[in-house]
Amino acid sequence: MIFDLLLVTALLVSAVHALSTPDLFRAVVLFIVFGLLMALAWARLNAPDIALAEAAIGAGLTGALLLDALGHLHRKRRERSP
Amino acid sequence: MKTLLTTTVLLLAGVLGVALGWSMLDLPAAALQLPAEVKTQLGVSGVTHPVTAVLLNFRGYDTLLEIAVLLLALLAILVLPQATPGGDRGPAPANPMLQSVARLLTPLMLLVAGYVLWAGAHRPGGAFQAGAVLAGAGVLLHLAGLLPPWASPGRALRVGLAFGLLVFIAVAAAVMLQGNLLQYPPAWAGALILLVEACLTVSLALVLAGLYLALTDTSVQQ
Repeated sequence: MIFDLLLVTALLVSAVHALSTPDLFRAVVLFIVFGLLMALAWARLNAPDIALAEAAIGAGLTGALLLDALGHLHRKRRERSP
Repeated sequence: MKTLLTTTVLLLAGVLGVALGWSMLDLPAAALQLPAEVKTQLGVSGVTHPVTAVLLNFRGYDTLLEIAVLLLALLAILVLPQATPGGDRGPAPANPMLQSVARLLTPLMLLVAGYVLWAGAHRPGGAFQAGAVLAGAGVLLHLAGLLPPWASPGRALRVGLAFGLLVFIAVAAAVMLQGNLLQYPPAWAGALILLVEACLTVSLALVLAGLYLALTDTSVQQ
């Protein structure tokens, strides 16, 4: 019960911070954290299939793609203002 | 002005949230007990894990179309114009530590993917998860500089991408000879599902890794 309450609080906090932080890198990292916590929540809800998919695709692959996009953005910005 | 706008948006979002929650609580009870139905039909599905039975047998249609959508998404990415066509520069040399970790982890990830695929018949697991693990291995190898990005996929890669969907469609069409689309004969169901899942794993791994490898072109450097 306490664990579940902590999990829900952490989910909400990470979601709000990921959406509201002005630093994009921070937002991506918080999104990955949110994905991993969500996987834990699915496991707690007795849905291990979805937990596996969420951890692998939601947090892992999407996180890697977002970080990659961020790298491209930084590179573009550096080209514009040398 | 801006604070007024923010307050209005927050207020509307709050009202929407409360309305959604209220309508969820107000839903009528389900008329059909689907979990019980699945449990009674599990014997003829060829697998013993209810999620796999639903995904690959009872609602195989959905999975078939999902694979088609994923493949379509990757095709759309592949036709995007690359930034510079002559960018055949290899990936940037990475940290040697990362390289050796990637070399160590890749066989383990292959093993895990194989296990997850096999375990899908009787416990949580299956083609999607196994494919995602394999795709993760591909992305890791790429980040370590051991796997080049896909400038233009060759013939073998193209065949591999479409292979899972083609096998799935072939199986679906073959069982149509003596019944309906995707209605496996119970005696063959287990073997057919394993065949479809194994082929899907390969294609899904390529498609998911491709979403990453086709989008990163190292040719755009400062």
